[in-house]
Amino acid sequence: MKKLSKKTLVILVSILVVISYALHKTIGYHPLTISIMLVSTAIAGGPILRRAISALRYRIVGIDALVSIAVIGALIIGEYWEAAAVTFLFMIGDYLESRTLEKTRSSLKSLMDLAPETARVRIDGVEQTLSPNELKKGMVLVIKPGERIAADGVVLEGSAYVDQASITGEPVPVFKELGEQIFSGTIITSGYLIVEATQVGEATTFAKILHLVEEAQDAKAPTQKFIEKFSRYYTPAIIVLSIITYLISRDVHMALTLLVIACPGALVISVPVSIVAAIGSSAKNGILVKGGEVIEKLSRVQAAAFDKTGTLTEGKPSVVSLHAYGLSQEELLRIAVIGETYSEHPLATAIIKEAADRGVETSDVPQNPEHIQGKGVSFTLEGESYFIGNRALFEENGIDLAVALEDIYREEHERRTAVIVGTSERVIGLIGIADKLREEAFEVIRELKKLGIKKSVMFTGDSKGTAETVAHTLQLDDFLYELLPEHKVEAVKDLQKKYGSVAFIGDGINDAPSLATADVGIAIGAAGNDVAMETADVVLLGQKLSALVDAISISRMAVKNMKQNIFFAIGVAATLLVGVLLGGVTLSIGMLVHELSVLLVIINATRILRFAKRKKYTIL
Amino acid sequence: MKNIVIQLETLSCPTCAAKIEGALKKTAGVKDPSVLFNTSRVKLAYDEQVIQPEEVTKVISKLGYGTLSVKET
Repeated sequence: MKKLSKKTLVILVSILVVISYALHKTIGYHPLTISIMLVSTAIAGGPILRRAISALRYRIVGIDALVSIAVIGALIIGEYWEAAAVTFLFMIGDYLESRTLEKTRSSLKSLMDLAPETARVRIDGVEQTLSPNELKKGMVLVIKPGERIAADGVVLEGSAYVDQASITGEPVPVFKELGEQIFSGTIITSGYLIVEATQVGEATTFAKILHLVEEAQDAKAPTQKFIEKFSRYYTPAIIVLSIITYLISRDVHMALTLLVIACPGALVISVPVSIVAAIGSSAKNGILVKGGEVIEKLSRVQAAAFDKTGTLTEGKPSVVSLHAYGLSQEELLRIAVIGETYSEHPLATAIIKEAADRGVETSDVPQNPEHIQGKGVSFTLEGESYFIGNRALFEENGIDLAVALEDIYREEHERRTAVIVGTSERVIGLIGIADKLREEAFEVIRELKKLGIKKSVMFTGDSKGTAETVAHTLQLDDFLYELLPEHKVEAVKDLQKKYGSVAFIGDGINDAPSLATADVGIAIGAAGNDVAMETADVVLLGQKLSALVDAISISRMAVKNMKQNIFFAIGVAATLLVGVLLGGVTLSIGMLVHELSVLLVIINATRILRFAKRKKYTIL
Repeated sequence: MKNIVIQLETLSCPTCAAKIEGALKKTAGVKDPSVLFNTSRVKLAYDEQVIQPEEVTKVISKLGYGTLSVKET
């Protein structure tokens, strides 16, 4: 019997049950009818009885025990049809439940399937294929279009569009070139890359994410712990209740039915299915939620504290305004890029990036470049001498700033860094550079208000002026400025006193204590940042702040789903109980309704998976 | 003491998980067993002087739950 698969057994028993039902209706309890019913009961009920007995040996009374007693009782009082029907329903219910459960877990399984299977490496100029666990740090990987990257690494050569959805949840491939970081588990959609492995195997970000997600699934929610405790006493209590019912009513059938309908199946499964579905759909969207408790806490968040740099802003300077006087913006950028060729200053990086984004290309190099400490650079190009730098540089060289003065004041008022470009005679342009706000930051703050978050506060080490500008632009409820990391922890505690549950959102750099102090610590852009991934309760792996809204929405949906399931499960049990006591609910009807309720609870949880997908497009 | 993770066939009810955990707790040589319902896994430590992994999986299969693999950690 063991060799037959579950599916074959289900089909076999179904056929037997149908035949016996037909016989029962035509020729009644004929010996043939009874023997088919007994065979069917034995096949379907055998494993249930076996599990019940082995559990009893460890003094555990579970659902199997309840069903076994009911079935044996039914056989003793000659209710063969009931016995066959109950075991059949229990078996098919169990089968369908594990199938639907698979579905709630499917998004996590698909994540695990993303683990790379082979890696092509180049050793001494010869390409060879290795298994990912044979990789070592420092090996050189060659990755072609359509291939999955097998290690974390840095691009040595080539450029490519990389689909990072498995790590960050971003649906759009990201362009990667020399020196950029790439992640294991991501796929090259076009182009090719030669990559030096910096982390392999279990140390890769992908492996760590998998590990955390796995742990998260079984980190129990408080509600779940409560239900488990409850059902430990509930099942034995039902047996006692059933005996009392028999003693009072002398109705064996009623007492047995009571055993079946009281199975806590739907109740005990209500919380874990919602949780696993929520963790799965979060993971699909690049959000790592560490377990049921975090989901419950996240759904209750009343106030959100944001770190400014790297969270509300992109965390690196970029060009936000361009003023060209008497030449095109592109020409201005070309001159600036040539001048900054040898500079590694963050401002220079911002200018070079802006030029690349606008398609301004040049291979010219500056002549006589000179770095003037704290002021800028000077160089010669096509016979003309140029200066790029701050006001002091130009004032020192006696170059008239009049044409740009108004723009310079405006830049300074907006708290941007004004980089001036000019010849030895006049100013030709002005480049405003600032740590840009994340594009979606404004929208996210508004969405949070819609979700009923009472207060959105910004924490920053910046001066009041800069902080005020940002807070005003984003329409934040409040802002705290000139804060040191330890002040941030105090500020989180203050918010907790006022609002109860507080979420802190940071980029995981210098703010680990605040992440740990808040009720829910949320780290953004944390793929590759081990400390942030460890400390935060919720990890937004990508760079999209809008994932925060997704995370809260999914957690709220999950908690709502859990409550629906719990109320439904209790409601069904109560209704059945009344039905049994008033008469009319038989053993098999009780079992049918019970199994259906378990299935409905699981199907309800799968809705969380669909919700996340739909939501993704409405928010972004 | 050695640590292992046992992958089970899909668990369909949390009470099954509680049952397996209860049984393992009462098995000599097994320490800190925890059954993870959603991932259908069992994590435990065992004393190799007292019990072997095969005997541990036997306890589980006797309860009526199939085991798929055993991995040392």
